[in-house]
Amino acid sequence: MVLLVGFTHFPAVATFIDSLMSTPRAGRAAVFVGMENYRVMLEDPIFWKSVMNNFWFAFITIPFSIGMSILMALWVNDKIAGRDFLRTAFFLPTVLPMIAVANIWIFFYTPGYGLVNQILQLFGFAGHNWLGEPNLVLGSVIVVAIWKEAGFFMIFYLAALQSLSPSYKEAAQIEGASAWYFFRRIQWPLLMPTTIFVLINALINAFRMVDHIIVMTKGGPDNASSLILFYLYEVGFKFWDQGYASVLTVVLLCILALVGLLQFFILDRRAHYQ
Amino acid sequence: MKHVLTTVAAAAFGVCMSASACAKTDITFYFPVAVGGPITKIIDQYAKDFNHENPDLNVLPVYSGTYQETIVKVLTAHKAGKPPGAAILLSTDTFTLADEDAIVPIDNFVKSEADRVWMKSFFPAFMLNGQFANKTWGVPFQRSTVVLYWNKDLFKAAGLDPNIPPQNWEQTVSMGQKLTKKDASGNVTQWGIQVPSSGFPYWLFQGFSTQNDAILANADGNQVKYDDPNAVAALQYWVDLSKKYGIHPSGVVEWGTTPRDFLEQKVAMIWTTTGNLTNIRSNAKFDFGVAMLPAGKRRGSPTGGGNFFIFKKTTSQEQEGAFKFAKWLTQPERAAQWSIDTGYVAVSPAAYDTPALKKYATEFPPALVARDQLPDAVAELSTHDNQRVTKALNDGLQAALTGTKTPEQAMKEAQAEATRLLRTYK
Repeated sequence: MVLLVGFTHFPAVATFIDSLMSTPRAGRAAVFVGMENYRVMLEDPIFWKSVMNNFWFAFITIPFSIGMSILMALWVNDKIAGRDFLRTAFFLPTVLPMIAVANIWIFFYTPGYGLVNQILQLFGFAGHNWLGEPNLVLGSVIVVAIWKEAGFFMIFYLAALQSLSPSYKEAAQIEGASAWYFFRRIQWPLLMPTTIFVLINALINAFRMVDHIIVMTKGGPDNASSLILFYLYEVGFKFWDQGYASVLTVVLLCILALVGLLQFFILDRRAHYQ
Repeated sequence: MKHVLTTVAAAAFGVCMSASACAKTDITFYFPVAVGGPITKIIDQYAKDFNHENPDLNVLPVYSGTYQETIVKVLTAHKAGKPPGAAILLSTDTFTLADEDAIVPIDNFVKSEADRVWMKSFFPAFMLNGQFANKTWGVPFQRSTVVLYWNKDLFKAAGLDPNIPPQNWEQTVSMGQKLTKKDASGNVTQWGIQVPSSGFPYWLFQGFSTQNDAILANADGNQVKYDDPNAVAALQYWVDLSKKYGIHPSGVVEWGTTPRDFLEQKVAMIWTTTGNLTNIRSNAKFDFGVAMLPAGKRRGSPTGGGNFFIFKKTTSQEQEGAFKFAKWLTQPERAAQWSIDTGYVAVSPAAYDTPALKKYATEFPPALVARDQLPDAVAELSTHDNQRVTKALNDGLQAALTGTKTPEQAMKEAQAEATRLLRTYK
């Protein structure tokens, strides 16, 4: 309880108080400025750009990574050759240190001789400057995020699939149900608790994303890949603007709290646990 | 009793009879690593040698990550009231550190004639970023500048003289056009030139703007001139290298992969820091040259890299000790060896007169290019609220390079934003 208060509640309250104060500079102490910092935020185009980027980031990353993780889980759940190898391969992105991996992805995306462009050129397509064009960069970091997340979520689905009783499958086979029908009517509903867990995690991760951005793009070009937490980092630890950074933190906290509430009050009711 | 007397005497004369009889002053020294090579080993050795020569002082070097990580650690520690004794931080952080009341001017410690001579021993271009309000807040330690690297083999293959790099903007274009190669379907397989623009494009841009006779910020750091017509024209030239002449990749060019692009012979000329010299020298499988940046209306390049700072919320013994360490680190012989080991530009003309660096320069002439460019070098862009004012320019540059804004529009908007940010520092 002391830990909970010390590391969770107190910082949250302190941040909220700081968000109402000006940033202290040498010779000028922080003074109460009320909603001033919030007004600045609403007028800040980079903030809105980061919010929109983050929205698209979440909107695309989540369904794709969940969809892929289910497919991969179903695949490696079957008895196929090289199953353990595949499981490891799918899970690998999750265990690799992301800073190192992001550095490798920079080279995948390099114009000219990067892996992605080499493959494209092999099939006769023109290469692109993936991290250097404002309309491509967000998509490029989304791909890396999906690649990372899907393997992680697969583990949860795999565990859930293995806990399903094999009698369902036998019954379905006896009834002559198609694989798709079996998935849609039996497996998918039974996987619902896992899906909700994964969905919440995916949502939280989407708003916590910062390491790839720092390594791969630094939010560029011209803020085209800036996300909320990255912008918060810039304001807090590059601009040293404590007041404004606190406002952004409060916003981020609210988003994450909202996600938490969503889980407790809406989704939990609709999932039926065994 | 006799023992006590000895101790008192030792303390009174400032002489330590034995290690146990004197209190050592600990000086924590934070340093970042921004280039390849065994930097931490070299610094640890420095500290060891210095502590050996100065038994009353104990420098404790702490490797603190990148420049950005180091300033985060230093400023957080400062706000908690426990800053390190000294640190190497970007010279452009001078305003930020002074505004946070974190550092003391180096002038405070300059007392003897020898100290005054030492303060004048550095290249003037390297002092610029550390000075404002008639004070010197940091002294140069690991400094760099932007230079041109060119691939002599590709020059030869394109029918150019491999020993003559472009001397001006027009030659950059005409040579670049000969050096740009396309395959049958029109995809470029080899670019003429590449100037990186990710992360901190303002630094490379200062090459273009200085050559076009535009100085982006005043010395007091409270006014910028991003919308100077010469600066706009400089950006137009950078954009045109790709858009009009087709000799430079379009969009934002990644800083980190540019040396690799050069080593892979995908590009014939690159602009990057002198700090990459050792890396390129050890990995290039072809003949390459290093030259001053080509001239526009004049020659020009920004300086870059880190200065040595002394922190305020420490004891005066620590500060005096840090000052002594700074002097020790920048002695000509040591500065020369540091330059040889790392590729950084040695900080004083005297270092280039040492036998070690003279010998190195005859074996490897490119090591002198950065020094020769220094008379034309200008301060790196730095203002109050530095990172934010610089970001306004960075965003504008990237917008122009990716074609979402015209150079004029981009620079006007960056100017408006910077003026707004700087209004409280007038």
